[in-house]
Amino acid sequence: MKVRRVDLSLPIFIGIVVVLVVIIALPMGWLGVFAFSDKAGNATLANFVTLFSDPSFADPLVTTLIIAVSVSLICAAVAAPLAWLVARTDMPLARMVRTLIMASLVTPPFVGAVAWEMLAAPNSGLLNQFWRLVTGASSDEALLDIYTLEGLIFVIACYTFPYVFILLANALERMPGELEDASSMLGAGAWATARRITVPLALPTLLAGTLVAFLQALNLFGSPAILAIPAGFHTLTTKIWSLFEFPPKPELAAAAALPLLLLTVALLRTQALVLGRRGYAIVGGKYGPPRLIRLGAWRWAATAFAMLILSLPLFLPYLSLLNTAFSRVSSQIVGLDNFTLRNIRFTFWELSSTLPALRHTFFLAVSAATLGGLLALVIAYVVARRLIRGHRILAFLATAPLAIPGIVLGVGLFLAYTRPPLTLYGTLWILLIAFVTIELPAAYQQFSSAFHAVHPELEEAARMLGASRLRTLGDIVGPLLRSAAIATWCFIFVGVIRELSAAIILFTSETKVLSVLIFDLKESGDVGAIAVLSLTMVLITTVVIVAANRLVGRPAIGRLPTRIAG
Amino acid sequence: MTKRFRRRQLLAGGTALAATSFVTPVFGAPPEAQKITPDLVEAAKKEGKVTWYTSVDLALAEKVAKAFEAKYPGVTLRVERSGAERNFQRIGQEYASKIYNCDVVNSSDAAHFILWKRQGMLAPYLPEDVARDFPAEHKDPDGMFASWRVTVSPMAYNTKLVKADDAPKSYAELVDPKWSGKIVKAHPGYSGVIMTSTQQLARELGWPWFEKLAKQKVLQVQSATEPPKKLAQGERAIMADGGEYVVTELKAKGEPVELIYASEGTPLITGPSGIMAQAPNPNAARLFQAWSMTAEAQQLNVDVGALRSAHPRVKDRPDMRKFSEIKTMREEATVVADKADEIKAHYVKLFKV
Repeated sequence: MKVRRVDLSLPIFIGIVVVLVVIIALPMGWLGVFAFSDKAGNATLANFVTLFSDPSFADPLVTTLIIAVSVSLICAAVAAPLAWLVARTDMPLARMVRTLIMASLVTPPFVGAVAWEMLAAPNSGLLNQFWRLVTGASSDEALLDIYTLEGLIFVIACYTFPYVFILLANALERMPGELEDASSMLGAGAWATARRITVPLALPTLLAGTLVAFLQALNLFGSPAILAIPAGFHTLTTKIWSLFEFPPKPELAAAAALPLLLLTVALLRTQALVLGRRGYAIVGGKYGPPRLIRLGAWRWAATAFAMLILSLPLFLPYLSLLNTAFSRVSSQIVGLDNFTLRNIRFTFWELSSTLPALRHTFFLAVSAATLGGLLALVIAYVVARRLIRGHRILAFLATAPLAIPGIVLGVGLFLAYTRPPLTLYGTLWILLIAFVTIELPAAYQQFSSAFHAVHPELEEAARMLGASRLRTLGDIVGPLLRSAAIATWCFIFVGVIRELSAAIILFTSETKVLSVLIFDLKESGDVGAIAVLSLTMVLITTVVIVAANRLVGRPAIGRLPTRIAG
Repeated sequence: MTKRFRRRQLLAGGTALAATSFVTPVFGAPPEAQKITPDLVEAAKKEGKVTWYTSVDLALAEKVAKAFEAKYPGVTLRVERSGAERNFQRIGQEYASKIYNCDVVNSSDAAHFILWKRQGMLAPYLPEDVARDFPAEHKDPDGMFASWRVTVSPMAYNTKLVKADDAPKSYAELVDPKWSGKIVKAHPGYSGVIMTSTQQLARELGWPWFEKLAKQKVLQVQSATEPPKKLAQGERAIMADGGEYVVTELKAKGEPVELIYASEGTPLITGPSGIMAQAPNPNAARLFQAWSMTAEAQQLNVDVGALRSAHPRVKDRPDMRKFSEIKTMREEATVVADKADEIKAHYVKLFKV
């Protein structure tokens, strides 16, 4: 006699829908309510009147747009040639260049900003000192000034162009070689082929990448918070943050968050339209890999160019962080006379926040990666296999957080969970919810594309043999998706460790994370401890990624989807 | 409603009568002075930890923590350092959500204690040293708080970048166009020292002076502990405001920084400490508060942190100008308590951030 066991799959799937609705709809709902309320809770449009008429709000809005446009243009201009060199030419060390560009993504943007402050502050910046030494310029002159709008644009671009690069390099590599071969066989020269085949095929990806860069720059909090305030201006995100100063004005913060949210949604729609046209880039069938273009005498010049670009997000900032960590004064090059271990001793043995912050960060990163990964896996499975009616809603909910900038989510969660029934503010859970929400879209996309590569027949066999949906997921699908799962886990882990924009709104003294600790240290100018903690943070992240790559057997980080970062 | 009104009247009357900044309504009979008893130490050890919100420079705060832990093994002191205005905002935000993390709070903006006391957020506790030794203007009559630290917010310059003769001697000289692009200054929205000093400078020099300063392309940092560090790095030649104690400590370490006590006077900053009414570790909080006001702990603040002290038995450091020789501006915490938002808004209008 066969005993029919209860299949728990359906209730579990419904439960997930409820969870998603709660974690996404609740904060966004409160955000909407607050934006249209006054202090007493009455309905009003006054917040928006203030927002658009008060220059202290209008100026940051304009500044933010200038930054976003400039950053996206710079990123496209830098990433395009670099991606072409790496993916389509015989440039020496191309593989290493690619790995290093991806590695630069591990750097949290605010750490990059601190490092560049030490390099390019007009007077004490190491690069400016070096320039004065070489040219004999007077102590008043400076080659670079990081405390400017241009300086901020530069730093944001440094840590944004890798996203555009990855998208573009992957697209260029997947481009069907036959089309270009056909073009040259038909007598077109190299330039004509590039103009009429390669560029049109790559253009949609480039546009999509530029939009990603635009969104990053629009929603970034860390770098502007480090550089914009000293330079004497606000961006929209730092302005929203400053509204939490005493007396807090959450209504205005909510109102100021809405334009950011709407703009992001609009741009993502645009991106979907642009990417939707990408279909013609890969027409179907199996193509040979594209032919590598021989650079001849220019080969090593190309490598030099790539290394020069890489020095901006990677070599120079890390050298300056190392220098700061071991130097008595960050504006002096470390030598025998000023070498010190004081910063390390201070950070790990005296600073009483270090260990709790490390513990919290590690706990949150591991649990967000595990829970978020599982959630994304189940959602992607339900959607890919169309297991329940309305699976599209699930897909929509899982990707919706992509449109919510970190700081906006932070404000929304703060409003939602500082009141009953779920008073989560002050616990690590609110941070966990924030991180899972922020990382969910990318994790979902990762699994979603992985499911499309696994044929359902294996699962059907398992089901016919009597396994439940969940058992099938665990025994059949799980192992097949091993590499995607590990890549996703790493991706969320890295994302959580570097997250600042939601954490800065949601932390309390008992739930401080590493990124917030670094940010607090910045406020008081304790750069030595910042350097030590930043290097520690990057070290942890790198170790985790390398370990995961060992497990997967091929680079997991190369498969990272792009996302909206804090 | 009427009760609050009467309190406000009382407050206003107090300001008019006394020159001190600490006059707040007296609730009843003054509390009894408390000694550090073995029972208190035992109870504190049972709690095992105490969380201290402070805005004093982090390095000094951690030294204080280590000294306290060495004196009372078994009680861990967790330092929660941030700008006073940010701490004030955080405590308000946490209390509104019924989150009680903070045991003892020290703020460089004395006005915060007036507001906290008004809202009943402080617990009365009068340490023996405060009752016996502290002058009246450095303690609350109801025992809610007392000055844990005193400092001033002077100007300073980098001796490698500016010769002593060329350095500005007054705030009037600071707004000379020749210092354009060479000044670093902290922000009243984050720092209590700067909030307090902005009120005093605006009163003595007027807002037009700040308007001129805002045109000097100042490097705007947040905490009052950062301008001295930017000065030492050589990032800017002149510091417009910041903690005297941080400059002194850097100078003692051999960094090229020198203080300027302006001819108009130097803003005076008292930083009181008090115990929160909802302190999660009330006994450890009392122990720390009592210890931190002793001559021994106050002398430590001076010796390793270059602070000033309200404790009459504490001696100034030989490398520091005698406190009595510094012309200080009058501190008006009650004015700051009522006008802080106005001051901040005015400042943001001029400095754009």
